[in-house]
Amino acid sequence: MRWKGATAAMLLSVSAGRLLAGELSVEVEIPALRVAEYHRPYVAIWIEDERGRHQQDLAVWYDLEMKNNEGTKWLKDLRLWWRRSGRQLELPVDGLSGATRPVGVHRLTFAAGEAPLKNLLPGQYRLVVEAAREVGGLERIRLPFQWPAETALQQHKQGQHELGRVALDMKP
Amino acid sequence: MNMKRFGAGALLVLGMSLATVAQAHRAWMLPSATVLSGDNAWVTVDGAVSNSLFYFEYHPLQLDSLQILSPSGEAVDAQNRAKGRFRSTFDVELKEEGTYTLQMHRQGVFAFFKMDGKPTRWWGRADELDQIPVAAQDLRVSEVDRRMQVFVTRGAPTNATFMPSGQGLELVPLTHPNDLVTAEPVRFKFLLDGKPAAGLSGVLIRDGIRYRDRVDEIALTTDGGGKVEVIFDEPGMYWLELEAEQPSQVVEGAKRRLSYSATLEVLPL
Repeated sequence: MRWKGATAAMLLSVSAGRLLAGELSVEVEIPALRVAEYHRPYVAIWIEDERGRHQQDLAVWYDLEMKNNEGTKWLKDLRLWWRRSGRQLELPVDGLSGATRPVGVHRLTFAAGEAPLKNLLPGQYRLVVEAAREVGGLERIRLPFQWPAETALQQHKQGQHELGRVALDMKP
Repeated sequence: MNMKRFGAGALLVLGMSLATVAQAHRAWMLPSATVLSGDNAWVTVDGAVSNSLFYFEYHPLQLDSLQILSPSGEAVDAQNRAKGRFRSTFDVELKEEGTYTLQMHRQGVFAFFKMDGKPTRWWGRADELDQIPVAAQDLRVSEVDRRMQVFVTRGAPTNATFMPSGQGLELVPLTHPNDLVTAEPVRFKFLLDGKPAAGLSGVLIRDGIRYRDRVDEIALTTDGGGKVEVIFDEPGMYWLELEAEQPSQVVEGAKRRLSYSATLEVLPL
């Protein structure tokens, strides 16, 4: 009996070790836009389950620099993110809030077993990237993935107006 | 009380001549936003009486009975009140996080009569009915209970301001009115004097009537529990109204007309 218990414990630690090895990288391209008035977009990046239920925020980029936290005034324009998560938060949140990003490709990498993926249970998920721009529009891109990744997986989608290429890179 | 004397005498007679006082126009408030973020949040609200929604074309809304309730239940003052030719306006600072209820609740008695052949209107409380001259002719009286509401939320929606008062028609949010999106079922419950308002009919009308050929109103009927369910196909500002009619308990022979209206914002998902 004892021996069996020890095996179960070993198996658990082995599988935990596998989880810890995984990695999730997101590439978000902020496109150059030919518009008369340009402001960097607000962007929220999060994980939802297959039914669209919010699981974990990964990042929110907004105007952090404004005095008196005034940049939070437009966070509700990230419509879906605001409804699923933002309105419940006291911003800024360490490790989540970041300044808006300039035109170009921005890469975020998250390691399994560490925040913010630490509590993500094995299953099917979708990465969601939502961008909203002052005097501009809103765009949302979803990329499905399995967690933890069994094999390396790369996929991407091309945005149409507020987002450029959004890529998800999973490593087991 | 004088009302009783009045009721026992004249009211039996006027019961025969009670006619429907048609509400040709719609009264409404229109908030600049219903979902807000940030530490320094304000809304500005327009109020008007008009035929078409939401256009300023007839009368400004009287703001005398405006009440604003904060998420924690504090009474909040409207700021920068102004009245124009076609609309009234005021601002509300949302100092607290949560849902504010802006309300106008009018309860009283309407009377229409002729004095020396001249049509006259009177509005007051039921216990003031003796102010109507005994010489009034063609007297028509109806008790009125009208509630008009708007909800605005800073941060996450809260429910504290929806505690029913037990008076008139009231909305109980099964779906929070500041959490409405297209394609998701929205459910509300209505109460009449605190009890489920069964079998009432109502409408939902989307803004921008001027830019389409049909009003496209959504008809509602409350079920036995006073509940309605609706799925919005189109985002926008919607005007909601429910009406009820029953015999008045305070003015003999008169009818009591109740209405509930609200302006609801439906966001795209």
